[in-house]
Amino acid sequence: MALKVENLSKTFGGLQAVNQVDLEVKKGDIHAVIGPNGAGKSTFFNLISGFHPPTSGKITFNDHDITKMPPNKIAKLGIARTFQTTNLFEDATVLDNVIIGNRLRTKSGLWDAIFRTKREKREEKESLEKAYEALDFVELTELANEPIANISQEQKKRVAFALALATDPELVLLDEPAAGVNPDETEGISALIQKMADSGLTVCLIEHKMSMIMSLADRIMVLNQGKRIAEGTPDEIKNNPVVIEAYLGSDEDESAEVTNL
Amino acid sequence: MAKLLSKRNGLIFVLVVALIMPFIVPNDYILHVLALVCIWSISVYGINIFTGYTGNLSLAHIGFFAIGAYTLGLLTVKAGWNFWLAFLAAGVLSIILGFLVGLISLRTNGHFFAIYTMCVGYIIYLIIDKWDSLTGGVRGLIGIPGPASIGPITFESLTSQYYLLLFFLILTIFITKRIVHSLLGRTFIAIRNSEELAQTIGISTKKNQLLAFVISCFFAAIAGALYASFVRFIGPEIGGIFLGFEMLIYLVIGGLGTLSGPIIGTLLIVFLTQSLQFMQEYKMLLFGPILLIIVIFYPNGIVGAIEGIKRKTRQKRKKSGPNKGYSGIEEVS
Ligand SMILES: Nc1ncnc2c1ncn2[C@@H]1O[C@H](COP(=O)(O)OP(=O)(O)OP(=O)(O)O)[C@@H](O)[C@H]1O
Ligand SMILES: [Mg+2]
Repeated sequence: MALKVENLSKTFGGLQAVNQVDLEVKKGDIHAVIGPNGAGKSTFFNLISGFHPPTSGKITFNDHDITKMPPNKIAKLGIARTFQTTNLFEDATVLDNVIIGNRLRTKSGLWDAIFRTKREKREEKESLEKAYEALDFVELTELANEPIANISQEQKKRVAFALALATDPELVLLDEPAAGVNPDETEGISALIQKMADSGLTVCLIEHKMSMIMSLADRIMVLNQGKRIAEGTPDEIKNNPVVIEAYLGSDEDESAEVTNL
Repeated sequence: MAKLLSKRNGLIFVLVVALIMPFIVPNDYILHVLALVCIWSISVYGINIFTGYTGNLSLAHIGFFAIGAYTLGLLTVKAGWNFWLAFLAAGVLSIILGFLVGLISLRTNGHFFAIYTMCVGYIIYLIIDKWDSLTGGVRGLIGIPGPASIGPITFESLTSQYYLLLFFLILTIFITKRIVHSLLGRTFIAIRNSEELAQTIGISTKKNQLLAFVISCFFAAIAGALYASFVRFIGPEIGGIFLGFEMLIYLVIGGLGTLSGPIIGTLLIVFLTQSLQFMQEYKMLLFGPILLIIVIFYPNGIVGAIEGIKRKTRQKRKKSGPNKGYSGIEEVS
């Protein structure tokens, strides 16, 4: 198991945002997390990546207990994430945005900066190479020197992927990567996620676009009001009456509707 | 390549002008003001490293300027220390105190951080003002010696002091440039851009903010120590919030988070203030609106505005013919 979540809960004031959730993610899988708005999906990712301390429960990544770790340490262990809203540095170029991704694998400090030591030069070169590698992967090499402000929404999503990849992760958490991009571009994003998994990465994915989830995911977890209400293969989820109820109410034409969510 | 050369030539030109200044200024008064510009600029570069590049507003900066000035003043006047030893002590003390203040105040965020540091700055001011027996209180500290000679080089004349201050300013700019164009500088900028994102990519934001804070305090104290040795008299008002805001204004007008902004802003505003001396307090009526306009329309100051225009023309040119440059890290250097 790459990632193991046991009995994870998070309360905000009186609100149970995540309620006793268990999840096991196998290495190399694409594991989707779905659920209606406010179900606690983003919060779940925030707990794994260390942005919120869990109220209770345990998170293990590659046999490390990461339950109480700060986000920067978790990133170093190999968990990368993208946000629901991309927050790149608009004034800087695509390349400049991605270079910093390798920072966690470098050691140069103030001394190296002032005296431009060998280490500084070597690590700058490595970071640059790493950034180009990541941009190559997401097929944005051409735009490397373009300011973020000049590129499309879908391209920004790709830059966010590249930045995540530049940290050299084993697990990537993608929060609604296809939100705000048109259907054609969604296919491109899907292909990219598949490519990430094919290259050996483990992917956790929050998404509302059901057709995308159904074709990509190896397994799906469904959250509703903070609770895990189902977990299984896409086929199992599609036909699960509890899921259909949570999404649509029971009187709808079931499977057809779920695929259209 | 041609562009690089022209940029380098521009720098050499500015440097030469700065070097021949003592011979072309009409009177000593202007040279005196230029020397002060060097001192303020060093301090403003300090604010820039922290506020400009990592994006947090510290209002304790002026307090560290005063700490530098008083450390040098007290150690030379009251303890009879060697000038350069006292100068070094001012730098070291600012690092230690900056570390402690930063460690505590960086536990707060955003506005709270600004307010917290303003309190720290005010406490420093109060200590200087009220601790009469040590600092001389409102009467100030007089008889501070000028910089001691180094070997055959003496700093008795105004010209030689100007060169000494210019040397420290150039050193400050050089160090800032090296930092900004390093992985560390990229880290600072990433934090300014988004603390959340910086943490996600494995950056320890607090550690880096603390480092930037200490560097900024160090520059402030060095500037303060130079100020004390240049003016030879210091009073508690050099730790006052007014002077602090004035330096912040230099930076905002010159350009937050830019390499040449601090010196350009300081030079411009100091000389503008000098030439508007006859307006007395009313000059603020002029500065207020100018500041407002700059903050609203050019949040990155004069330098930011110029860079914006350059970027736009470059892009226009690129659209007419594809640019095949592989610029990479050089792009920002
Ligand atoms: N930092 C926070 N403080 C307080 N409440 C929060 C916080 N973050 C999330 N919540 C609440 O927790 C619940 C779950 O939110 P979350 O963002 O995890 O939902 P989501 O499943 O990602 O929804 P969406 O599909 O709209 O992105 C919501 O009711 C939200 O208001
Ligand atoms: Mg969400």
